[in-house]
Amino acid sequence: MNGPIRKVTVFIAVLMAALLANMTVISVVRADSLNADGRNRRVRDAEFSQNRGAILVGTEPIAESEPRKGRFPYVRTYPEGETWSSVTGWYSYDYARSGLEQSFNAELAGTSSEQSFERVLDLLAGRRSQGANISTTLNPAAQRAAVRALGSKRGAAIAMDYTTGEILALVSTPTFDPNRLSTVDLAAQREAWDELLNADDEPLKNRGTREVYPPGSTFKLVTAAAALEDGLVPDSMVDSPNSLALPNSSHSMGNSTNCGGTRVTLEQALMTSCNTAFGNLGLALGAEKLRAQAEAFGFNQDQTIDIAAAASRFPTELDRSQAALSAIGQYDVAASPLQMLQVAAAIANDGAMMRPYIVSAVTNRDLTVLSSTAPKKLGQPVSPSTAKLLQQMMVSVVEGGTGRPAQTSGVVVGGKTGTAQSAPDRPPYAWFVGYAEDPQVAIVAFVENADIDRDDISGGRLAAPIFKAVLEALR
Amino acid sequence: MSERVQPAVSDEVIVYRKRRGVELALLLMAQVFGFAGWVITELNLYGELPSAIGPVAAVWFGLGLAAHLVVRWRLPYADPIILPTVFLLNGLGLAMIYRIDQIPEPPRTDSTTQLMWTALGLVLFAAVVIALRDHRRLQRYPYLLFISGLVLLLLPLVPGIGHKSGGAQIWIRVFGFSFQPAEVAKIILAIAFAAYFYEKREVLALAGRSFLGLQLPRPRDLGPILVMWLASLGVMVFQNDLGTSLLFFGLFTVMIYVATERPAWPILAGILFIGAGFAAYEFTNHVPRRVNAWLDPFSDYDANLQIISAQFGFAWGGLFGRGWGLGRPGLTPLAKSDMIAAALGEEIGILGLMAIIMLYALLVARGCKAALISPDGFGKLLAVGLSFVFALQVFAIIGGVTRLLPLTGLTTPFMSQGGSSLIANWIIIGILMVISHRARMPQAATATPTEALDETTVISR
Repeated sequence: MNGPIRKVTVFIAVLMAALLANMTVISVVRADSLNADGRNRRVRDAEFSQNRGAILVGTEPIAESEPRKGRFPYVRTYPEGETWSSVTGWYSYDYARSGLEQSFNAELAGTSSEQSFERVLDLLAGRRSQGANISTTLNPAAQRAAVRALGSKRGAAIAMDYTTGEILALVSTPTFDPNRLSTVDLAAQREAWDELLNADDEPLKNRGTREVYPPGSTFKLVTAAAALEDGLVPDSMVDSPNSLALPNSSHSMGNSTNCGGTRVTLEQALMTSCNTAFGNLGLALGAEKLRAQAEAFGFNQDQTIDIAAAASRFPTELDRSQAALSAIGQYDVAASPLQMLQVAAAIANDGAMMRPYIVSAVTNRDLTVLSSTAPKKLGQPVSPSTAKLLQQMMVSVVEGGTGRPAQTSGVVVGGKTGTAQSAPDRPPYAWFVGYAEDPQVAIVAFVENADIDRDDISGGRLAAPIFKAVLEALR
Repeated sequence: MSERVQPAVSDEVIVYRKRRGVELALLLMAQVFGFAGWVITELNLYGELPSAIGPVAAVWFGLGLAAHLVVRWRLPYADPIILPTVFLLNGLGLAMIYRIDQIPEPPRTDSTTQLMWTALGLVLFAAVVIALRDHRRLQRYPYLLFISGLVLLLLPLVPGIGHKSGGAQIWIRVFGFSFQPAEVAKIILAIAFAAYFYEKREVLALAGRSFLGLQLPRPRDLGPILVMWLASLGVMVFQNDLGTSLLFFGLFTVMIYVATERPAWPILAGILFIGAGFAAYEFTNHVPRRVNAWLDPFSDYDANLQIISAQFGFAWGGLFGRGWGLGRPGLTPLAKSDMIAAALGEEIGILGLMAIIMLYALLVARGCKAALISPDGFGKLLAVGLSFVFALQVFAIIGGVTRLLPLTGLTTPFMSQGGSSLIANWIIIGILMVISHRARMPQAATATPTEALDETTVISR
């Protein structure tokens, strides 16, 4: 009987080897995805219990972990949470993360590969690991001014040092209190989430970076840039009829402002935000040149900023009438406020477009620097000479055109207004995008639910004061 | 019974070394694992040594010493590896149940109950070792054993004492204690089968007609055992105890294969098993659900929470585990019983669980070794049958928890919470050690244990 017994033993050995092989599969193949699964409460609980690093503005924390007693040994708190929510995002047990909490999660939690040496030291010393601190480029005065100026309106405002790309203020309104989502009272957290998620004014959206809207007349900056690069000068004359018949279409394009004649200079057209003049420019330049200029400014590309950002859109495959409409920022053109800020900033910086960034440095708790950010040039969408001409035209817009509400005494300011309409039944969007020479800052202001007339003067009247408020806070 | 032909006795005598000292050393080492698990749990959870460290040490190491002394007294030649291995597994199980006891507020005391069951299991182990001097005494009454096994199996169906839990009617409740008689019935029926097969192995192998290459035994030889087997299997299936039915099927297959030495039997059993599996998949509700939970658990997160949580636990534990008391085994439902392998994997790591699998493999290997060197066929059949069922059970439950197989509700031997299984497994160990002792006793060396088979000439078929 020993022959069969031996064979049975071999069979048993195969069974046991299968168990061991399967354990290896769990460890090598499955473990990573299991630990990355958002439903894995073990991982979530451990992360939520971490002593995360702080997010700093200057030396003041805008997000920090405070020790407490109980199931979770730390709770994430946000001093002045409402002011900074558009930048910090939230950090919650059940509803993941957003903003800097999300994009710098590994550094804040202390789990990034750069921090592995610290982790080993902590392990050997029996210490609980601490995450790294994050220093930001933000300016508290500008941020608070932007929040105050936007008030109860739905919209966004972003300010940036155009010579370096440092973001000085970034606000999307309505803001929310991230403390409500980071609380360790999970029932209250759920309640807050349901309320914020289902609120009519959608406070969890980041209107500054993650949403795209029709840019309206602010897009005329891009069209003007393409025209100047194509050989025109600010004094070049452009036809500006009261109504421009669109080719191959029964529609026609009208003006919402007085262009000051049926044939005006390019500079005059920008000052009065003359639709038909820019429509004609669009027809003359053609869709290809417009798109090339827009893409040079960053359209149709992923935006690089330290928090999640959406790509702005300039459509492909345009016929001539669609090109004319696109030239005035209508049809399918869509831009995030961040994108329009980049346009103004590149013009203000003599054509050099800088990479926008919020995080200036990541430092360990012992103040050793893990990484720091240096200004980086993204590209040169327009030549310095074109940029100078555009600057001059933008200054004219503020001095004598639709942008007059942005005038600030003692500062040279250039800008462009915009009023855009997405659907006939909803209020238009109001835009103002501009820059100042001292301080060297570019600012975009955007209001989503502007309860105003559908003309550019109205858009300027609503958005430009927000621009001005932020600018004055930075002086 | 067929007549045995006494093999020629040579002058040489085979003497195995007793190795009882080795057993004691290994035993102490093995017991330290479970004990240390308990102490480390206390340290990690409460930051101080347990207050009952003295009494618990006395009880735990006392139990080991007592078991060792009984073996030293009655089974001096028994395999020295078996007892330490079992104590290691049992100790880790106790420590893990204690650790999971600490999760609810206030902590539960299931580990104390389990320790009492362990003590009772050791008493029964000692009783087997002391009372059963020679396992061959068990082979005398196959039919009587079968009847008592069947009665035990039927007990849960008796109104008044039987009760149902988790969809299976396999429990009896007497004096407030719940017990699964199937666990003990399993042993009794294994003995009955071994006895029958040993007695009839020659006629089963040789008499009868050939059919499709398979030597079919005569109905009068195969009939009784087939009736016994089908009756017990039927009762288990009726009670919805599919896990135990599977073990029984495996037991029967291995015994008929070893007894007749005909490979056609395991092949036939394999085909039958696959057929039954397909039928169960087609005609029952819960088998497809189990299969889906195995292949694609994430398709229904809520329904498969248990198996998914076990996988999360393995991933969270990683290779080396979170450490005693530092994981989250309480997140997995039934962590103490069906899922104790997941709890261990999480806290002592994938490597720890692999070591446990190796311990089971070692235990089974020693059982098979006893079967190989046992001089009598009944001992061989019984030892290999019990070892195989043990291995199959480990394979099914750990394989189920680790998603190698669909999950079956079996206990993890010596580790899961539950007295019936613990007691039954200690009895099995007692029997295996008796067989091992008889096999390793000094005896006259013979030529290969010749059997009557060799003397029989097949004249015609």
